[in-house]
Amino acid sequence: MQQHSVKYTLLFSAAVCGVCAVFVSAAAVTLADRQDANEVLEKRRNVLQAAGLVKPGEKLAAAEIETAFESVEAVVIDLETGEELPDVDPTAFDQQKAKKDPAASHAPPENLSRIQRVPDRALVYKVKGDAGGVDMLVLPIEGYGLWGTLYGFLALGADTRTIEGITYYSHKETPGLGGEVDNPSWKALWPGRFAYDDDWQPKVEVVKGRAGKPEEDPYRVDGLSGATITSRGVTNMLRFWLGPQGFGPYLEKFREGQT
Amino acid sequence: MADKKSQILLDPLFNNNPIALQVLGICSALAVTTKLETSVVMCGAVIFVLAGSNFSVSLIRNHIPPSIRIIVQLTIIASLVIVADQFLQAYFYDVSKQLSVFVGLIITNCIVMGRAEAYAMQNNPFTSLLDGVGNALGYSVILLGTAFLRELLGAGKLFGVQVLPLYTDGGWYNPNGLMLLSPGAFFIIGFFIWALRVWKPEQVEEE
Repeated sequence: MQQHSVKYTLLFSAAVCGVCAVFVSAAAVTLADRQDANEVLEKRRNVLQAAGLVKPGEKLAAAEIETAFESVEAVVIDLETGEELPDVDPTAFDQQKAKKDPAASHAPPENLSRIQRVPDRALVYKVKGDAGGVDMLVLPIEGYGLWGTLYGFLALGADTRTIEGITYYSHKETPGLGGEVDNPSWKALWPGRFAYDDDWQPKVEVVKGRAGKPEEDPYRVDGLSGATITSRGVTNMLRFWLGPQGFGPYLEKFREGQT
Repeated sequence: MADKKSQILLDPLFNNNPIALQVLGICSALAVTTKLETSVVMCGAVIFVLAGSNFSVSLIRNHIPPSIRIIVQLTIIASLVIVADQFLQAYFYDVSKQLSVFVGLIITNCIVMGRAEAYAMQNNPFTSLLDGVGNALGYSVILLGTAFLRELLGAGKLFGVQVLPLYTDGGWYNPNGLMLLSPGAFFIIGFFIWALRVWKPEQVEEE
């Protein structure tokens, strides 16, 4: 091969970079809208799934999710005071980003769920009933399992005690063992259980072995066999997010507002 | 001449398979083959990238200064991978979420760089394109075969549809969890290589 001058080499690499940059940015710019729409849709699908409005595994078209989501209202709340913040635009609020921002988050006391940072504000979804009142509250939850953090949603009834559903949209648990948090038949065990006891202390827990029916055994859910640590992680994260560091103050305000 | 072209395209399928004979690209073959759906999309992305990179590298092969040729190849490959990744995020969002980082890792897939350096730098754009598609197909054959067995034995499903009724849902099939973990793919690829070398003994290395 022939030798090239330094000038030629520099010019050549600049040209290659220029051409490649044009292709990459063209792709990124033309596809950006579609990608953003996908992300919003995915989040909505998960909220609806936790609330039991979409069956697990059911593949809905974008339009159907939009329609189903019309009955859902997103609000940003202050976790510490439990106040709703109607001035904050929920579509512009990103809870995961807020969690990483030192100015918008704080370190919770040491907890079993190994949560290091809690955002000051959180996003709550209110599912409206036909009569216009709030039917359900869908709360984002996260916490450590065995291999990594599980991210999901918990749906509570308007009494803030009855669990309506739970779903995880991202986790790294072992397929077939801890990964069974995705299993629809396990998720079906949750609706009807009570998250809090009579003194409003978080009480629901995932036990080893089998629990009874919701009516007889309202605070316990069957454990995932072979996944003790994941099961414990689920219990810990629910205790955390239902407690005073999580949505406890908000749920208390919500109950007061209803009576 | 026509013979030679079909040879370029079809040789990498069985006679000179990038995974089974050259043992390249194993990383992604382990990572994305738990489901057929993800594997099909991954194969599509690799075919696009390999064909595109071989073609573009060959197009400018006589102008690339030798001192920076590797980084020029990488720039082209990386750009194609980003375009493929953006496309998947826009049109196959579910699958692209499952593939997560592995689409991006096509950049480091040895097959892509290997073909650019070994073939596209010396041959004309058209045969390079054929060589790229052929090698990507060779990669795809192994990937799809592995994914077929892993999804079938590991979850009793094909393309997400239950084929073998699971014993947890009242059927008879007890899924083999090992198939869903990376070692399961190693076993399957190992068996493929064994079968291929029984069929074509000339691929066995001399002792």
